Amino acid sequence: MADPTNTKDRLAPAVRAEALESLLAERGLIKSEVLDGFINRFVNDVGPMNGAKAVAKAWTDSDYREHLLADGTGAIKELGFAGPQGEHIVVVENSDDVHNVVVCTLCSCYPWPVLGLPPEWYKDPAYRSRMVREPRTLLSEMGLDLDDSVDVRVWDSSAENRYLVLPQRPDGTDDLSEEELAALVTRDAMVGVAKVSAG
Amino acid sequence: MDGIHDMGGMQGWGTVAIDPDEPVFREPWHGRAFAMGAMSMGLSGTNLDAFRHGLERLHPYDYLADGYYGRWLACAETLLVDSGVLAPGAVEARARSLMGETVDEPADVEENKPTYERGGPGSLREIDDEPAFSPGDRVRARDVRTEGHTRMPGYIRGRAGTVHALRPTALLPDTNAHFRGENPQHVYTVEFESAELWGPDAEAAKLRIDLFESYLEAI
Repeated sequence: MADPTNTKDRLAPAVRAEALESLLAERGLIKSEVLDGFINRFVNDVGPMNGAKAVAKAWTDSDYREHLLADGTGAIKELGFAGPQGEHIVVVENSDDVHNVVVCTLCSCYPWPVLGLPPEWYKDPAYRSRMVREPRTLLSEMGLDLDDSVDVRVWDSSAENRYLVLPQRPDGTDDLSEEELAALVTRDAMVGVAKVSAG
Repeated sequence: MDGIHDMGGMQGWGTVAIDPDEPVFREPWHGRAFAMGAMSMGLSGTNLDAFRHGLERLHPYDYLADGYYGRWLACAETLLVDSGVLAPGAVEARARSLMGETVDEPADVEENKPTYERGGPGSLREIDDEPAFSPGDRVRARDVRTEGHTRMPGYIRGRAGTVHALRPTALLPDTNAHFRGENPQHVYTVEFESAELWGPDAEAAKLRIDLFESYLEAI
């Protein structure tokens, strides 16, 4: 077996990807346009703006909030969001006393239908290794300082359940519409490494 | 298997920086690798658990060197070669041709896709057995080691926790990844105190993790 650490002989991943695509295309197994469509969907249509709609609705509609917490998959599907990595979505709520944060130590499982594809920091070995062991220190390094009295709950998504954090609604947002609220909700807050600020 | 992928609790990786302007795909090949990785499961006749095991089987250097999409690409290649859709060395030879080198591409090999029964799409399944555990029960993660795929991380093994919730029944990745049956099981979210996992000086926190019934024993 060739030594994989021998960087002299190592091919750049860009050319490996091009090679794989050309081999599969000439066998009729994939079409370039299908790949383009797949990529475009995750660039344009599936992303944290979906999860933000569910969060803003939960903040403004108490019945929806209850539904979202009791049946995340169903309440999210009501808004039109479903698909791969969203078979069973569990929504966990942050409060003054409880802070939830999500990680996948074994790969990088993430609730695609509501958050899109995971950002680099979520896939970083430092995040995957440390969030389960020293969550307070890591959250602080990422800009979120939690009081010692706050109960920290770390969710390691090791099976097919996917977790979405329902962040706290920031003060001073009573006059905002659901749409304006959704614009405040960030991906990082829905993973649990940040809070939502009033802007 | 105890591999580079099982990162929970490892030390020495440094800190985490958030780039607020990160695009979905930083490089064009990231998108191509993502799409082909996702399609490689169907093209190789395998499944999501086999894909995750394919990631785990990469050499640790290959796992890390080109990041998340680098391992997706390498895993797609692994599954397609395992299934005989592509010959060993075909991607490297084609890549060198694309770079202008003169190389002989290997001849196609016979397809060798796995044959196994699927219980339906996705991973959720119905079973008749009653769950062995209920919320509030004290349980211990079994101290089992395997050469193959498992979704029980090493840092949980042998540790005691409390069942927090029963989740939907799902097929067992440990056998499905190896095409040895779906063996659907009850799945539980189990809560562990940080001190149980990391010792008495651990930061105060609760760790909640989803574990299949066969990973657990009653205390």
